[in-house]
Amino acid sequence: MTHKSNMKLSAADLAFNAINVIIMAFVCIIIIYPLYYVLLASVTDPVIVNSGKPLLWIERLYLNGFAETLSYNPLWTAYGNTIIYTLSGTAVSLAATIPAAYALSRKDMYGRKPVMFIFTFTMFFSGGIIPLYITIRSLGLYNSIWAMIMPAAVSVYNLIVCRSFFESGLPDELLEAAKIDGCSDFGFFFKIALPLSTTIIAVMCLFYATAMWNQFFNALMYLQDDNKMPLQVALRNLVLMNQANQMGSSGDAMITKQKLAEQLKYCVVVVSAAPLLAAYPFLQKYFAKGVTLGAVKG
Amino acid sequence: MKATNIYRRTPSLKAILSCWQLYALLIPALVWVFVFAYYPMYGLIIAFKDYKIRAGILASPWARPAFKYFMQFFSTSIAWQAIRNTVIISLESLVIAFPIPVVFAILLNQIQKKSVQKTIQTISYAPYFMSNVVVVSVITVLFSANGVVNSIAGSLGGKTILFTSLPQWFRALFIGSNIWQTMGFNAVIFIAALTAISPDYYEAATIDGASRFQKILHIELPLIMPTVILMLILAIGNIMNIGYEKAYLMQNGSNTIVSELISTYVYKVGLQTAQYSFATAVGLFNSLVNFIILIIANKAAKKLSGISIF
Repeated sequence: MTHKSNMKLSAADLAFNAINVIIMAFVCIIIIYPLYYVLLASVTDPVIVNSGKPLLWIERLYLNGFAETLSYNPLWTAYGNTIIYTLSGTAVSLAATIPAAYALSRKDMYGRKPVMFIFTFTMFFSGGIIPLYITIRSLGLYNSIWAMIMPAAVSVYNLIVCRSFFESGLPDELLEAAKIDGCSDFGFFFKIALPLSTTIIAVMCLFYATAMWNQFFNALMYLQDDNKMPLQVALRNLVLMNQANQMGSSGDAMITKQKLAEQLKYCVVVVSAAPLLAAYPFLQKYFAKGVTLGAVKG
Repeated sequence: MKATNIYRRTPSLKAILSCWQLYALLIPALVWVFVFAYYPMYGLIIAFKDYKIRAGILASPWARPAFKYFMQFFSTSIAWQAIRNTVIISLESLVIAFPIPVVFAILLNQIQKKSVQKTIQTISYAPYFMSNVVVVSVITVLFSANGVVNSIAGSLGGKTILFTSLPQWFRALFIGSNIWQTMGFNAVIFIAALTAISPDYYEAATIDGASRFQKILHIELPLIMPTVILMLILAIGNIMNIGYEKAYLMQNGSNTIVSELISTYVYKVGLQTAQYSFATAVGLFNSLVNFIILIIANKAAKKLSGISIF
């Protein structure tokens, strides 16, 4: 709300503000504390963590969990896979989404409405997982990197966000002027529209890369070999299927192993979520921009 | 000038061909949508066939009777359990989780300091970046028997509760963590609608002596209502597609009685036991119910408020 009242606030308004501030503070704590706790638990002596008391700061630094996590090779294999899937997947997604979104933003393209319908219909009805699985198998993509990239390559939601950007961000006069100068549609898209659209390209990178990084179910369905599995599957195996106690080197005493087992879970969670969380403060403005754009035409 | 062409009723072939470069830009995405969205829809016919991998979709024989697999599904007790679980968790999510971002957006909009407002908003959508595996992992460690939640409850005099394995806690954890993950993200849309409200309304209301609360009730709520209804239709239109990935991750031997959804069941019978036709029939049933609900919600909204998505 941009408006500022010149009048003095009434008692009711003051009370409203006070309660509102308390609610907002509470909301922030609820959102941040679980993440903060996991971070603290990953570097605090497991004896303190296992006592279950709420952590506020590092009481006794204990980095063995991290040492163990960082020397656990299968996790790094999964990490490498996720990085490869994310980079190549994002590249494929951008190459498919951005040109299509531009074309769909052009009101003078015949068949714009039916083509748009072809895309939006898939947001509300789909073949479901088994027919998609059969498709992947019959295309020979099963258990290959393409099985991770292709099913998620185009998100219709992202396509709509991107189209809204081109519709509102590129003035019609620009296109008209370029046309008079003899510019083709390709020329306009590659030489004028794309260079003016770095914001939406960043937004799309962020949306697609996050989705790719977080992909779990597709890996479960379309991949078979352990050494192809992405980070999310490794994380689930270690934390949710309790394989973390296999991580310690076999020479460790039973006591150390048990002490570590719980902490390893926290460490693995931190290691897998860290890149996104670290990048988040720098990227969040693009994120907000993208979501707002989606909201306009959603 | 091309822009004038849109007013012509029947475009000439030449005019259509003149857009060929735009069509070329569409090709990658169009190919994708046909291969990975429409071809699987065609594959739905195996719900009415005895699908054999070797034979493929076309050559596999038709099931006799055609609705064999649907009847098989409805004759099992697990079917009704999965349907019930899906419906209950969807409705609870809709009733509890849908209004929260609206309320959050309105309250956030009342924060006077722009910088504070922005900071809170940035914090609020951070969890949206977390994968379901991370979120479920965090739930598992925080709510374990010796986790921090039980210890806080214990210091307040409560008993240790095995949250993650008790069926009666599954929905609370599922919906609660959903709110945690998506509240900020879903609120962005409403915040955008609130910022679009003209300051004139507030000034007029201030002159009339309206309180904060009255302004929310009589200015903000009515003005963001179209957005709310639109989002509600979309939420209802996805009601049966409730996050199966998370439900699957949260499942364990002791809570399947409430955590088995139609979608997790499809995955299990379809891919773990390879009953392709049967699982496709179950999935198709789910998609159809979902689609019908969407159409009804859309129609109802159109009739009641004139707002619709198509």
